[in-house]
Amino acid sequence: MPRPRVAVWKFASCDGCQLTLLDCEDLLPEIFAALDIAYFPEALRTSAAGLPEGAFDLSLVEGSIATAADAARIRDVRDRSRLLVTLGACATAGGIQALRNFAEPGAFAALVYPSPETIDALAASTPIGDHVAVDFELHGCPIAKPQLVETISALLAGRRPTLPGHSVCIDCKARGTTCVSVARGVPCLGPVTRSGCGAICPAYARGCYGCHGPMETPNTAALAASLRALGLERPEIARLFRTFNAAAPAFREESARHDD
Amino acid sequence: MNAPDLVLTVEGLDALISALAGTGFRVIGPTPGEGAIVHDDVSSTDDLPRGWGDEQAPGRYRLRPRDDGALFGYALAPQSWKRFLHPPRERLWSARREGGEVDLRPAPLPEERFAFIGVRACELKAIAVQDRVLLGGAHVDARYAARRSSLFVVAVNCADPAATCFCSSMQTGPEVGEGHDVVLTELVSAEGSRFLARAGSEAGAAMLAGLPSRPATPREVAAGAEVIAGAEARMGRAMPPGDPRALLADLEHPRWDDVAARCLTCGACTQVCPTCFCTTVEDTSDLSGRETARDQRWDSCFATEFSFIHGGAVRASGRSRYRQWLTHKLATWIEQFGTSGCVGCGRCIAWCPVGIDITEEMAAFAAGPEDER
Ligand code: SF4
Ligand code: SF4
Ligand code: SF4
Ligand code: SF4
Repeated sequence: MPRPRVAVWKFASCDGCQLTLLDCEDLLPEIFAALDIAYFPEALRTSAAGLPEGAFDLSLVEGSIATAADAARIRDVRDRSRLLVTLGACATAGGIQALRNFAEPGAFAALVYPSPETIDALAASTPIGDHVAVDFELHGCPIAKPQLVETISALLAGRRPTLPGHSVCIDCKARGTTCVSVARGVPCLGPVTRSGCGAICPAYARGCYGCHGPMETPNTAALAASLRALGLERPEIARLFRTFNAAAPAFREESARHDD
Repeated sequence: MNAPDLVLTVEGLDALISALAGTGFRVIGPTPGEGAIVHDDVSSTDDLPRGWGDEQAPGRYRLRPRDDGALFGYALAPQSWKRFLHPPRERLWSARREGGEVDLRPAPLPEERFAFIGVRACELKAIAVQDRVLLGGAHVDARYAARRSSLFVVAVNCADPAATCFCSSMQTGPEVGEGHDVVLTELVSAEGSRFLARAGSEAGAAMLAGLPSRPATPREVAAGAEVIAGAEARMGRAMPPGDPRALLADLEHPRWDDVAARCLTCGACTQVCPTCFCTTVEDTSDLSGRETARDQRWDSCFATEFSFIHGGAVRASGRSRYRQWLTHKLATWIEQFGTSGCVGCGRCIAWCPVGIDITEEMAAFAAGPEDER
């Protein structure tokens, strides 16, 4: 069986998800043995020579679409890829840079850059799926290594990767973590957040802050009502939903309901 | 087992734990954990939650210090014994491909023998419910069967039920009925705890015979009865009377929309429920494609994939999923397994992040569509 030809792409992002791939350490020899990684500028010196010709069996895409040039580039990536898998909160929800979607155009750029007039960015940061068809999404800021390895292994075997859409609560219970919300009154987004991380934060006695984005059927309004009952003020609730996945529709709508 | 009650001191209970460990059991009991009294390995009464109780309410649990030094002065741990007998994840088989050959290896049957200390009346009933589900049909779960057949149960009668408990109204407690090897009733006093002990099986009788004990005095027997009567009197809640199968005639009741608006579809209730038994399987394969495995893991009717068939999920709405949970638990379970799927432990109430209360929902349904809202 020929090794699948793979490209790893970066759009607007911090590189943390690509680092998760490099962080596979022990598995890297196996990954490089199983895949023909033809383009991976973050990791391969050969990629400095530029983009190789031809099509890819699999594209792993990190980052959101934040500039007009990237909006065009992602269409080219899609055209050249048989399977396209997005990595992380930026690629699946617009990332933390989508906070600018909630502000006046240019407001954040004016705060961050010394010469904001040189910045040529779109008014909104949007997920890859808003621009092209996506085959599988890996959520999280950053993605979870086991989910990445599972996805690559599954695609190699020609099976559907196991990427459940249920809540973080299910994983807390499997892990045997005592609920921080019920037992400590700690605000926790776990009930509306997608499984994938293995429920790390509650295992360290803190609430989930939703870095894997909305679960499959998130009832954010019901959770917000209970957070109010726990004593959170409305702006605090808006803030909770407005982090790494601020522009994911369910979180965006819930923060908007508390933004006053 | 009509032998007279015996009395064990705390040292006697230590002797029981040591004897169990000495005969190869992994002894699990209540112990103070992160923010709650949880079930974990115990090696002596020093590991028990001496002087700790709990306070439970819908969506709320807090540890509560007690001034009486009771060892079993709490109501219920966050998770049930299901965790050990029917664990959240276990391997079913693995396979290795070598050339053209596939070597399929079923996972070995578990050899671990559990002894549980502090099993409550409702939890014994819950184990009996899971026995019916996992052992009682055409397809026996061999792994559950292995763990179950070697289980030794030291039950402890409840003294201080939580506000979320409603075993009385489900006829599952608070007094331990059957299914145990030994049952204890803690008699708390200024001099420390004593335990009324009674065997519930041959193995339990043999175990008790080897421990330092003395016959109970009539006063101690009466004190034990008072503990149970006190628990009965302090029962926090009740399931409304009436045949829960009436729910099945109320499938379009407006209350389903009402509860769906509050329910997060997080599935926590199903995971903590001691009778919920559903599992799914997950297949894995490694990067080389040589090693594959199939694991079983707890599933939940609140997950959309649970009802996924060709074309999509049958229960796409939160309303339909909450309705599945409640109607199965309380109504169709009876047709399917001959008992209710609820033993009144109240875990789904306490550990629901938004405090949805199964007894309150049932009261709303019992009130009928006109009276409600
Ligand atoms: S700690 Fe958070 S994620 Fe875990 S069970 Fe509780 S609410 Fe759910
Ligand atoms: S618990 Fe929540 S915030 Fe923490 S890693 Fe998991 S998804 Fe992210
Ligand atoms: S339905 Fe709720 S109260 Fe009944 S057994 Fe399950 S967790 Fe306990
Ligand atoms: S009833 Fe409560 S615990 Fe159960 S799924 Fe709904 S919100 Fe979660």
